[in-house]
Amino acid sequence: MEAKDLTPRQRMQIPRQSMPEQKPEIRRTNFNEVPLGYDEQTAITEADRCIKCKVPHCIDGCPVNIDIPGFLELITRGEFAAAARKIKETNVLPAVCGRVCPQENQCEAVCVVGKKYKPVAIGRLERFVADYERTHNLVVDPVKPKQTGCKIAVVGSGPAGLTVASEMARRGHQVVVYEALHQPGGVLFYGIPRFRLPGDVIKSELEYLKKMGVEIHVNTVIGKLATPAELMKDMGFDAVFLGTGAGLPRFPNVPGQNFNGIYSANEYLTRLNLMRADRFPEAITPLHCGKRVAVFGAGNTAMDGARTSIRMGPESVTVYYRRTREEAPARTEELEHAIQEGVKFEWLTAPLEFYGDDNFFVKGARLQRMKLGEPDESGRRRPVPMEGSEFDIEVDTVVFALGFGVNPLILEAAPDLKTNRWGIVEADKETGMTSIDGVFAGGDIITGGATVILAMGQAKIAARGMHNWLINKKGLDMPRELPPESATHAKSKTAKV
Amino acid sequence: MHKIVYKKELAPKTVMLKVEAPWIARKIQPGQFIIVRLDEHGERIPLSISGWDAEAGTLRLIVVGVGYTSNKMIALNEGDSILDVVGPLGRHTHLPEGGAAVMIGGGYGTGAIIPSALEQRKAGRRVVGIVGARTKELVLLEDDLRAACADVFVTTDDGSYGRKGLVTDALKDIIDNEDVGAVLAVGPVPMMRAVSELTKPHNIPTMVSLNAIMVDGTGMCGACRVTVGGKIRFACYDGPDFDGHLVDYKELTMRQRTYLKQEAKAMEVFNRESAGRTATP
Ligand SMILES: Cc1cc2nc3c(=O)[nH]c(=O)nc-3n(C[C@H](O)[C@H](O)[C@H](O)COP(=O)(O)OP(=O)(O)OC[C@H]3O[C@@H](n4cnc5c(N)ncnc54)[C@H](O)[C@@H]3O)c2cc1C
Ligand SMILES: Cc1cc2nc3c(=O)[nH]c(=O)nc-3n(C[C@H](O)[C@H](O)[C@H](O)COP(=O)(O)OP(=O)(O)OC[C@H]3O[C@@H](n4cnc5c(N)ncnc54)[C@H](O)[C@@H]3O)c2cc1C
Ligand code: SF4
Ligand code: SF4
Ligand code: FES
Repeated sequence: MEAKDLTPRQRMQIPRQSMPEQKPEIRRTNFNEVPLGYDEQTAITEADRCIKCKVPHCIDGCPVNIDIPGFLELITRGEFAAAARKIKETNVLPAVCGRVCPQENQCEAVCVVGKKYKPVAIGRLERFVADYERTHNLVVDPVKPKQTGCKIAVVGSGPAGLTVASEMARRGHQVVVYEALHQPGGVLFYGIPRFRLPGDVIKSELEYLKKMGVEIHVNTVIGKLATPAELMKDMGFDAVFLGTGAGLPRFPNVPGQNFNGIYSANEYLTRLNLMRADRFPEAITPLHCGKRVAVFGAGNTAMDGARTSIRMGPESVTVYYRRTREEAPARTEELEHAIQEGVKFEWLTAPLEFYGDDNFFVKGARLQRMKLGEPDESGRRRPVPMEGSEFDIEVDTVVFALGFGVNPLILEAAPDLKTNRWGIVEADKETGMTSIDGVFAGGDIITGGATVILAMGQAKIAARGMHNWLINKKGLDMPRELPPESATHAKSKTAKV
Repeated sequence: MHKIVYKKELAPKTVMLKVEAPWIARKIQPGQFIIVRLDEHGERIPLSISGWDAEAGTLRLIVVGVGYTSNKMIALNEGDSILDVVGPLGRHTHLPEGGAAVMIGGGYGTGAIIPSALEQRKAGRRVVGIVGARTKELVLLEDDLRAACADVFVTTDDGSYGRKGLVTDALKDIIDNEDVGAVLAVGPVPMMRAVSELTKPHNIPTMVSLNAIMVDGTGMCGACRVTVGGKIRFACYDGPDFDGHLVDYKELTMRQRTYLKQEAKAMEVFNRESAGRTATP
């Protein structure tokens, strides 16, 4: 029977197609990507599972409202590149999101098929078409729209900054992106490891942006070289977008936390992902990865720290978390991958103190067991220490993945910027504008550590807000843009990282 | 790419470089630093600024070859380029007013104190400089410092030039003879520590510039964390200058030694690479 003749019931009964992966014992010795992607036939079969709902809830589940049934339909017809282009109408980074989105909490969480069976593998298919388009050289060069003459500065080149850049370039504005590091991409490059998100995926997205006419300047620390106000006053920018993320690492504030061999996840992952310490001394940045690695925290960052460590070949890697697996903010897939690769988990455990040797290297830790008490502000049950449950472990590398604050560097350079008591920047929900006229913000800087796709969703709101603001301010002869209908009732759950 | 437009050898394994970085040269202030990465596989290393020319768009660096990257850097020549230069990072040096300001430099630190000395002098203050070195040929930038200070004292460990002794011997005399309102010390940790110990009983505000190991230089990674007054501070973001009386020098010294093993291995690579270069003309 031709797939197009399938009844909804038959469609739903097709099993969810699994994606081949590198075997755990092999992948733990290399930094190559773990999931290998669908082939064409598997992709078509998977897309056939979509019953093309009249009211597709999946679209509301996606923070950028991708036309999911639309692109799935194109896949079933074998029009893979067209499917990729369809996604790109709303999401400029499909190859990235298809890999790192917490789909299980978003689009796939609300997929109707998932009520009875497993949801359609929307993320895997998104990844498939984006990879197909890229690896078959089918990416068509963007057409440069009529220029408005407006100049936009984007600060930070993470997913938020890159999305605003593309959205504004598409509307005909001239965009310059400033990035503090020597490599654009933000957390996509320095945080998320290459075995989850290969470098050429990010690089090809950056190439596309450049072809749209977006200029990207690396090694440019805004706040030090120019304040947001100076960008507008002295450098001729009409508006500024702040997408500097939430890169401030947290330490647990316990004795001994500064011994050598104790890292923030940011430092550890930056040394590995950005500086390629795994290739030392061919790449000359060093890293100290000992025999026993302890990672504290259980978000995606912690999983990345643990899985990266495994690949450095220590005797053991253990994740310690003060709550239980239920509360762990990491994506299910990341947790499972970590377990398969040999990462051990100790739930309900928190650090009390670290011990060092004569050379100031960490050699042990005193930990304490916890139990879950009453729910806290976030609704999760608060971990409570259990008296007398202290115990010691031996450890020679420690990675703290305890969440992030907002880096104050940019805030200091814009004292008028309103922030809440955690230093998170306040931005208007509908326009993305901050308390400073003409300065917009989105991404982790306004949420304090969330997800790629939420950052991109906010960036799209800010781009629209900025565009409308420019129309008013500069008297542009362009129609004001309204938010897409579905965006107003989007109700996706957000995932914590 | 940032072109090296000028190079001068100041002492063995020590060079002065002028590097193109126009935007930074317009913005940098005394006490701030930069981070460089020489090439695609390079490490990011922090360097102080010993001067700049906003018009020419250049920064003046003093680089001492101690390991892989710094040795590779001092082997570069005029016309060569550096891949990445980031800055200005850290904060403008702030010294309390009143009395003389004493500026103390050791090693590359002598370059690092010059912009502050000039600034203080321009503000009408009496500025006294002290340069310390092991031996005569390692005394750097004496003339530059003389141009920025009312008086300059030189000390050498072996007495081959200036006064035999340590910078603290010279500082003791100055404190005995005049009203010192602030001290700035930049150089090896033992020197900064000794200076701080000397000034503490006199209650003389003392700033030291902490050379912690860094990666990003913007406060993102925490590699450069130091303990000051019992609190964690990030040297790249909160500093590099801190109150010398509150710094945990032992921790800083030990943290600087984190990668001794890897550094030795990197030097083997350096030696192999440079042997390769000289063997094939
Ligand atoms: C290790 C790790 C793993 C993660 N895994 C996932 C995942 O699997 N799925 C998921 O959805 N989310 C994940 N996240 C979260 C996700 O990466 C972030 O929510 C997202 O990257 C936020 O995007 P952003 O653009 O706001 O900021 P960022 O990605 O943080 O980018 C900010 C950029 O701004 C630059 N910058 C900062 N200050 C300045 C300045 N003053 N001047 C110029 N540039 C500046 C920074 O260098 C950086 O490049 C992960 C995060 C981490 C740390
Ligand atoms: C704020 C600041 C300003 C500095 N200014 C100057 C200067 O003007 N001129 C100068 O010659 N040197 C300066 N340094 C020191 C310089 O950064 C180190 O000498 C250099 O990083 C050594 O790298 P290497 O590969 O040559 O040596 P390595 O063999 O790798 O290291 C030698 C020693 O240098 C230190 N070091 C290594 N890597 C780093 C790093 N990434 N960041 C900081 N320290 C490191 C360690 O203590 C190490 O033991 C400064 C350091 C800081 C933090
Ligand atoms: S971008 Fe993320 S949430 Fe949206 S459809 Fe793709 S995988 Fe789902
Ligand atoms: S909810 Fe699921 S089945 Fe319905 S349209 Fe979306 S992907 Fe297809
Ligand atoms: S060098 Fe990373 S925080 Fe200072």
